[in-house]
Amino acid sequence: MSLDLKLDGRSEDRFGTMAQGLLGTPADRPEGVLKVTGAATYAAENLPENCAFGMLVRAPGQGKVTAVNADEVRAMPGVLAVIRDERMIRNAAQGTANEAPVQGVDHAEYVGQPVAVVVAESFEQARHAAQSLKITTEGSPGPVDPDAVEPEGEPTRTGDLDSAMKDAVHALDLTYTTPSHSSTPMEPHAAIAEWDGDRVSVRASLQMLKYNRNELADCLGISAENVRIQSPFVGGGFGSKLGITAEAVSAAIAARELGRPVRVVQHRRQAFETVTRRSETTQRIRLAADAEGRLSGLGHEALVSNLPGETFAEPVTQASAFAYAGAHRVIGERLARLHRPAAGSVRAPGEAVGVTAFECAMDELAVKTGLDPVELRRRNIPDKDPSSGKPFSSHMLAAALDDGAGRFGWSDRAPEPRSRREGEWWIGSGMAAAFRVNIMMEAEARIDLTPDGAVVETDMTDLGTGTYAILTQIAGEALGLPAESVTVRLGDTDFPPGSGSGGSWGSATTGNAVWLAALDLRRQIAARLDCDEAELTLRDGQATCGNVTRALAEVLGGDDLRGHGHITAGDAFEDVVQSTFGAHFAEVAVSDVTGEVRVRRMLGSFAAGRILNEKTARSQCHGGMTWGIGMALTEELTHDRRDGHMVNRDLAEYHVAVNADVPPLEVHFLEELDPWSGPMQSKGLGELGICGAGAAVLNAVYHACGVRIRDMPATPDKVLAGLE
Amino acid sequence: MQTTLSINGTEHRLDLDTRVTLLDALRDHLGLCGSKKGCDHGQCGACTVLVGGRRINACLTLAVMHDGDEITTVEGLAEGADGGLSPLQRAFITHDGFQCGYCTPGQLCSATGMLGELAEGWPSHASADLDGNYELSQEELSERMSGNICRCSCYPGINAAIRDAAGAEGRK
Repeated sequence: MSLDLKLDGRSEDRFGTMAQGLLGTPADRPEGVLKVTGAATYAAENLPENCAFGMLVRAPGQGKVTAVNADEVRAMPGVLAVIRDERMIRNAAQGTANEAPVQGVDHAEYVGQPVAVVVAESFEQARHAAQSLKITTEGSPGPVDPDAVEPEGEPTRTGDLDSAMKDAVHALDLTYTTPSHSSTPMEPHAAIAEWDGDRVSVRASLQMLKYNRNELADCLGISAENVRIQSPFVGGGFGSKLGITAEAVSAAIAARELGRPVRVVQHRRQAFETVTRRSETTQRIRLAADAEGRLSGLGHEALVSNLPGETFAEPVTQASAFAYAGAHRVIGERLARLHRPAAGSVRAPGEAVGVTAFECAMDELAVKTGLDPVELRRRNIPDKDPSSGKPFSSHMLAAALDDGAGRFGWSDRAPEPRSRREGEWWIGSGMAAAFRVNIMMEAEARIDLTPDGAVVETDMTDLGTGTYAILTQIAGEALGLPAESVTVRLGDTDFPPGSGSGGSWGSATTGNAVWLAALDLRRQIAARLDCDEAELTLRDGQATCGNVTRALAEVLGGDDLRGHGHITAGDAFEDVVQSTFGAHFAEVAVSDVTGEVRVRRMLGSFAAGRILNEKTARSQCHGGMTWGIGMALTEELTHDRRDGHMVNRDLAEYHVAVNADVPPLEVHFLEELDPWSGPMQSKGLGELGICGAGAAVLNAVYHACGVRIRDMPATPDKVLAGLE
Repeated sequence: MQTTLSINGTEHRLDLDTRVTLLDALRDHLGLCGSKKGCDHGQCGACTVLVGGRRINACLTLAVMHDGDEITTVEGLAEGADGGLSPLQRAFITHDGFQCGYCTPGQLCSATGMLGELAEGWPSHASADLDGNYELSQEELSERMSGNICRCSCYPGINAAIRDAAGAEGRK
């Protein structure tokens, strides 16, 4: 039995009537003790008996690949195999691909492509042998410069933006650039594969197991029923573990060939190359405004890149379609086919870089019109989606702007740049709006209810996103159980298929599937009490209907009950436009001597429907805001101009924000329930915090010292050049 | 090569390839997987352990160099015979000082070592002078913990947890 729901319209808020008082509280993570004691086991851990160790080998150039000394390497101490298999993959699969990515190792399409896996008795032997394998490439390399090729695609044109620009009182035509970015989660990509006859079990570090299972099966040429993937703990993903990855495929191939378990862990430098990066972008932004700052038209055109054969194009302008009013519009991406490492989803694909550049342009318009940046945005909030004419499910931008501005003390800000100086430091503040589309996918979950409590099972993952916590709270709230009576089991394809973690859709999609499973159980409990489910109150293990209260264990009467829920998105995601909204505010100091930028404080006000757990939600926003600091100031993957390879592919040279880069961060949530988003009335939050955060920092840099940086990140050399 | 490591108070005799790092000895040879490998290059801090009470990157040192050394890993931080959590471990949970949890063992070992360094009067880049009397200010704490990257970016929670566990808004 299963309770299925397709979301075709508004949903009733059932959680407002529940009695346990668990959902929405800042509960600690239930897996917290495992994580602080080192007992949580990640993909490379739990080594099976007789496990062999594999190491990937990269291509040093593009073209036809030859392993020159494979026989010599096979003879090295401990070496078991040098494998170059046509089923190995070129790069990680794109998110939700559900099939194998491009396969083959005879030809390298980018520098750094995996072309072999060397397996040995020990990790040290495998590493030495892999480093000893000499790979050559020959043939003419494909293009690596975005400006050297004719891109694919055309933007969508509405009205006549060119005329609107000519007629505008204030017109801006600006170009911003962002470099490639890397997710680079703390846990490198890792897998241990073990075969039992025709069946392969893989402990992996992946975000979306139901898709990953099909992808791996397709890579190996076997049926998905013969693939089991387990990822109970994932050491961060941020998009880089959405699709099946090279180490998982090569571990499975090697384990099949050797007839024993094989572990393959990507070295940090390998993971930079073989896992999808965020594409570099060149963004032309046009704004046409009247004397009052009201937009008559806007243009947002982006040039992005990817390898031939990849379907993904960084959706830079995704939010620009609905963010601001303006009848005349040119919006869309062009895709350059380049032989740089593959591009794909990195936290908030599209909005992370698109909203950031657009919000910098809005700041420039505010300066040009003489309007306060908050007021300029308020004036351009559309009453319906300007691209499709559809209504919004809810629109919280004005509320977020007001809330954030008030809390930050925005009204104390002198409008002129270079208004405040402390010693060598220019002090300034900036703001930006935040937008991120709200997406729902499909998910299933089941709950087993026994006298001991409830056990929730789904193949959903927890990347640190708080899944264990919120699914515990949802099930506990709906079934009237305290958190300690609920066990959540995740990350195993033997469980019902969840949504996977990505696109901020995990909590709302899989969470609603857990709610439906709980509702299924509530109906069974109500039937046993001979009452209507809506009249049933469950709290602290007691079931109350009318004036009758009985212990849940007594209601079960020795039976174990199972509830199953299944949710799919329907017209509720077609008839209205769903988005989350927010406002970022930042204060920075810029050194007049060195051009160094220090962020002094940062504040975000966010609206994402019902907040399921304020503690884990806040941490997600901290993460996004911090990535915004990195995007604005330090994060930049550099591609070699000659062959496109990633020059700075490690954590010493690719500068993510560290503790000393991050000031105290303030996060506030606006009260909101969005009935269009499902029964929980909750929307995705994991990516909203990064969208526009970097723009608040860069706009603050301008306000502090008068230097406008349009080529991100704002490293000291660029700021200093502007100061001089 | 024969090596004896004293880990969390227990002696382990190992016969290791001289190329095995202390980190891989812990993880792959002793099954103590709490210490994490994030970069294997001393760039991220996930592998931080305490050797003789001093924090080091276990990926940047070979196991055979530590014959006879006293090593503390995250598995050894819990206090008391019942294995109860240390105040720092409890504070990390309360303040949500982690999300994915992968850098957490390194953060915990690093913070434990850092508080010791502060108490002993070691200066940092953020210290105004060298008189050895330092408070656990935001600047000192952030500077001293910047060798441990958290890509989930839980720095606000990490810092709140450390200050809470250190027992003061300003430990002298």
